[in-house]
Amino acid sequence: MSTPLFDLTLTEEQRITRESMRRLARDTLSNQARAADDAAAADAGLLDAISGFGLALMPMPEALGGVGMPRSPLSNALAVEDLAQGDMSHTLAALQPLSAVNALMDFADEQQQERWLTALASETFVGAAVALNEPRATFEPTMPATTARKESDGYTLNGVKSLVPMAGQCQWFVVIAATESEVAAFVVPADAPGLTIAAEACMGLRSANTATLTLENVRVPAHDRLPHFDLDRLLGLSRIGQCAMAVGCCQAVMEYAIPYVKERKAFGEPIAWRQSVAFMVANMGIEIEGMRLMMLRAASRAEQGLDFHREAYLAQLQCMEKAMEIGTNGIQLFGGAGFVRDYPLEMWYRNLRSIAVLHGSLMV
Amino acid sequence: MINLEIPAKLQQVQQMAQQLAAGVFRPIARKYDAIEHCDTPEELKPVAQMMAAMPRGSGGKGGGDEIKNGSNMTGILAVEAMCWGDVGLMLSIPGSGLGNAAVMAVGTPEQKEKYGKLYCAMAITEPGAGSDSAAVSTTAELDGDEWVLNGEKIYCTAGQRCDAVVVWATLDKSLGKAAIKSFIVPRDNPGLQLVRVEDKMGLRVSDTAALSFNNCRIPKDHILGSAEIGDTEEARKKAFGGVMQTFDNTRPQVAAMALGVARAALEITREIFEKEGVGADFSKQPYNSTARELELYRLEADLEAARLMTLKAAWMADNDQPNSKEASMCKAKAGRMGNDVTLKCVALCGELGYSERTLLEKLARDSKIIDIFEGTQQIQQLIVARHLLGLSSKELK
Repeated sequence: MSTPLFDLTLTEEQRITRESMRRLARDTLSNQARAADDAAAADAGLLDAISGFGLALMPMPEALGGVGMPRSPLSNALAVEDLAQGDMSHTLAALQPLSAVNALMDFADEQQQERWLTALASETFVGAAVALNEPRATFEPTMPATTARKESDGYTLNGVKSLVPMAGQCQWFVVIAATESEVAAFVVPADAPGLTIAAEACMGLRSANTATLTLENVRVPAHDRLPHFDLDRLLGLSRIGQCAMAVGCCQAVMEYAIPYVKERKAFGEPIAWRQSVAFMVANMGIEIEGMRLMMLRAASRAEQGLDFHREAYLAQLQCMEKAMEIGTNGIQLFGGAGFVRDYPLEMWYRNLRSIAVLHGSLMV
Repeated sequence: MINLEIPAKLQQVQQMAQQLAAGVFRPIARKYDAIEHCDTPEELKPVAQMMAAMPRGSGGKGGGDEIKNGSNMTGILAVEAMCWGDVGLMLSIPGSGLGNAAVMAVGTPEQKEKYGKLYCAMAITEPGAGSDSAAVSTTAELDGDEWVLNGEKIYCTAGQRCDAVVVWATLDKSLGKAAIKSFIVPRDNPGLQLVRVEDKMGLRVSDTAALSFNNCRIPKDHILGSAEIGDTEEARKKAFGGVMQTFDNTRPQVAAMALGVARAALEITREIFEKEGVGADFSKQPYNSTARELELYRLEADLEAARLMTLKAAWMADNDQPNSKEASMCKAKAGRMGNDVTLKCVALCGELGYSERTLLEKLARDSKIIDIFEGTQQIQQLIVARHLLGLSSKELK
C-alpha cells in the first residue's frame, strides 16, 4: 500500500499564492485595519482587494463563471492564515462569499448552484454568508432554536441568527435551522419577506460589520433546501477556517512584539534580555507552532477526503485557548502601550476573543 | 504536498513497537517499578538483540530533492509506542543509550565499529553543572598516549548497567565551552567507580548512577571528535555548537517519550470513562460538554499539538533542515504536556487514578523527569527565545 509521505512542503502554486497574499497582508491590510476598526466599517477597497484573488471562484463550475477547480480546503486555510496576519476582520468579511460558495458546492444540487452562484462569480466583493450562530450562551449547532416548519409547498423559518459578518451587504444567506427531524440548511435571499437584518456591534471584528438576522415566518420554497447538507462538515471546515485566522493573527502579534521588546529598555537594558519577557515570546512561538500544525493536519485530512471531525474539533479547542493567551500576552509585553489604541495589540486582543464564539463562520 | 499523516511504511514500525510495548513492557511495568534496583531485566535481552539486528536507517536525505521520512521520524514513532508501554523499560534496553547516539553521530568508523553496538551511557551532569553544561569541571589531561580523567558525574542514565560511558570533560577550564570534549570510557576501566544508584520518584527500573573518575586512564583514540581547541572565538563557538547539535536529534526523541506516556494515560482514562458512561465523543461544543469531557478534550488537543511538533522536528532532521529551534520547541511543549496530561488523568479518575489499581499514578510519577532531562523546560524556552529574538547567550542569559 502506498500512502503519501509526511510532508510540510508547500506546492509551487501554494508558495506563489502565499507570497502575494502575504504582500497584500503586510503592505495593505495591516496598515488600514486600524482606521476601519475605528470606523466600525469594512473598507470596500480592501474587500475588493481580497476578492481579487478569486478564492470563491476557484471551486465554482466554469459554466457559472468560475474556474472549476476541485474544492481545496487546504489552499483556503493557507490563504486565511496569510490574510489574517494582515487583518482578521477584513479576512472574515471578505471571505464570507467563499464560505457561502463552498457551502453550495458541498451541499447544493446543480440547479441550486446555478440559481445562487452566478451572481457571486465576480472578482469584486459580492456578499453572501452562512448563518449558523444564535445569541444564546448554551447555543449548540446540532440543536438550533431557529426552526423550519414544513408546509405543503416549502418551509417557514423562524428564529434569530447572529454574528453574521457583512450581513448588510449580502444577497443571500445559507440559514441553518431545525426541521422536525433534523438540522437543515436553506438558501434565503436577503430581501425575503419576514427577514430583518440589524447591525450588532461586538468587542472586536468591528470592521466585519457583524449583524443579527431575525426570521419571522420567512417562507422558503422546498427547492431551496440544500439536499446534501452535512452539519458536521460545515462545523469542521469552519473550525479549520477559524483556526487559520487565529494562527495568522497570533503570528502578527508575535512578529510585532519581537522588535518592540528588543528596543524597549528598562533597568538599563532591553526587556527582551530578561527571561520573564523572553519566555513569554518563546511560549508564543511554541503555541503558534502547535496551533498551525493542528490546523494544517485537519485541513490536509479534509483535502484528502479523510474524516477530520476530531482533528478540527481539537484544533479549534487548542486555538481558542492558546490564541487568547497570545493575544493577552501581546498587550502585556507592551505594558500600557499595548492598552492604548496607538498600537494594534488591543485590536488583535479584541479580535482574537472571537475564535471561541464563532461557529460556522468561515467554511474553507 | 502538505500531509501530516503517517505513511504506511512507518505505520508498520509503529505497530511493531506497539506490539512490543503491549506484549513485553506493559505486563512487567509494575513489577520493575516495585523492584527498582536490579540488573538489566531478563525480558529486555531479546528485545536488545532484536533491535541490534534491525537495519539502521540513514540520517539525512543524502542529495536529491525528494522528501524523506527517515530514521529520525521512525525513531519518534518507535520511542512513542515503546514509552506507551513503559518509559523506564524503554530506557533500559541495552544498546539504546544516549551515549550510543553520540558515538553514532560523531564517532570515527573505528569507534562506531567497537562501541556502536555496545550499551553506551552519557555522563554530562555534575554536582555543580546541570543545565549549564559549559560549566563541566571533570578534567581530561593528555599523558603520553593516554587521557587521564578526574571528576564526579551524576544522574547518568544506565551508568550502572552500561558497557561504556561517554563522558564530557574539559581540557582546560579557563578556555570555557570550546575545551569541553567527550570521551569513551569502558565501564570496567580502572579508575571509573560506581558511587551509587539513585532512588527516584519514577522511572525506577532505569538505573541512574553517580560515577567517579579517579586518574582514570583511557587510550588517546578514545576521544570523540577532535582534540583541537579552536584558536579563534568563532572556531570555539562552532566546536561547542557541534557538540550541542547532537541535542537537535535527541530532543525530539525525548519529546516522543512524553507523547507515549501521555497517550497511555489518556487511553486508560478514556477506558475508565467509558465504563462509567462518559462518552467524550466530540459531539457537543466544548462548553456544552461536561467538565470531564472538556478536560479530556483539552488534554488530547495538547497531546496532538506536541505530537505534530515532534514529528515536524524529526522530519526536518530527516530532510537536512536545521531544526534547533523546532527541536527545543517540541521538547518544551511535549515535556510540559506529558506532565500535565498524566497528572490531570490521575485527578480525573479519582481513586482509580491515585491508587495502584491502574498505571495512572505511575505514569504521573514517570512523566516528571521528561520535562527535566535532555534540557529542562526552562532551557528549551531559553533556546527558543534566543532563536526567535535573535539574541546571543550573552544578551539573553
